[in-house]
Amino acid sequence: MPRVAIDVLLKRELLDPQGRATERALPDLGFDGVRDVRIGKHLELEVDAEGEDLAARVEAMCAGFLTNPVVEAYRWRVIAEDERADAAA
Amino acid sequence: MAARVGVVTFPGSLDDHDAAAAVVAVGGEAVALWHEDDDLRGVDAVVLPGGFSYGDYLRCGAVAHLAPVMRAVARHAADGGTVLGICNGFQVLCEARLLPGALLRNERLRFVSRPVGLVVGRTDTPATAGYAEGARIVLPVKHGEGRYVADDATLDRLEAEDRIVLRYAPGENPNGSLRDVAGVCSEGRNVVGLMPHPEHAVDPVLAGGTDGRPLLAGVAGTLGTPAAAGTLSRSR
Repeated sequence: MPRVAIDVLLKRELLDPQGRATERALPDLGFDGVRDVRIGKHLELEVDAEGEDLAARVEAMCAGFLTNPVVEAYRWRVIAEDERADAAA
Repeated sequence: MAARVGVVTFPGSLDDHDAAAAVVAVGGEAVALWHEDDDLRGVDAVVLPGGFSYGDYLRCGAVAHLAPVMRAVARHAADGGTVLGICNGFQVLCEARLLPGALLRNERLRFVSRPVGLVVGRTDTPATAGYAEGARIVLPVKHGEGRYVADDATLDRLEAEDRIVLRYAPGENPNGSLRDVAGVCSEGRNVVGLMPHPEHAVDPVLAGGTDGRPLLAGVAGTLGTPAAAGTLSRSR
């Protein structure tokens, strides 16, 4: 079954206070030269579908439930086992 | 005539009992509704209370808006019935697209729990009918995700149509809400959502004042009637 990764961020024009707070903390920790920090969500799920059917189902899930299109933007892709965020290093 | 006001309990609702008690305090009849109910038991108005429905997993209100009872609430709203969403209930109404916009993490990332000054907008909604337009009232807020956002076009439209029925008073905005929005109504003006808690401001014996009474009396249809004791039915 294809494994799908979905990345969700607040829309660019919206204030992300979590990202802002993190960005402000970084220089104090010695991490200079970092800007425009945005913090979102990463979802992974297996979907029993292929091709256009897979795309239609993922889009429908994202638009109707997994994200809120009023405030969030997302991208999704099919990933291999070693592309999982929790893959063994 | 006093309306029968349904108060929905979702798993994780916290203020359903206070909302029902407040409806009774202003002379209305409170009817307990459950998130799995397919119908509204013939109530005249519905309150979606505060709390953390379904643990606020995914997003606040995201899971609750798919509960069976919300299909009945949507039909009720489409028929012009009164719906009031308080705090988490407001978030649910936005997720359900019964109200525009969304509610995000407070600008300063802190949970705020305190009384705030508010200014009442137009009074042609059930929730604001008991106030004078422009009235300054005080209600408690208690939320971590109450920053109202919508795109500029939506905000412009809400202002043009006088649908921002409650604003934080100047200098009182506790969460960074755009244009100081504390509450909005639907195009038909029968669906109202707000972050402050009128149900916590109905009893003169308790802290918090009584500025919430006219709001609930408007929803319960008891404006201008003597404050007789209402009834609370727990039929589930």
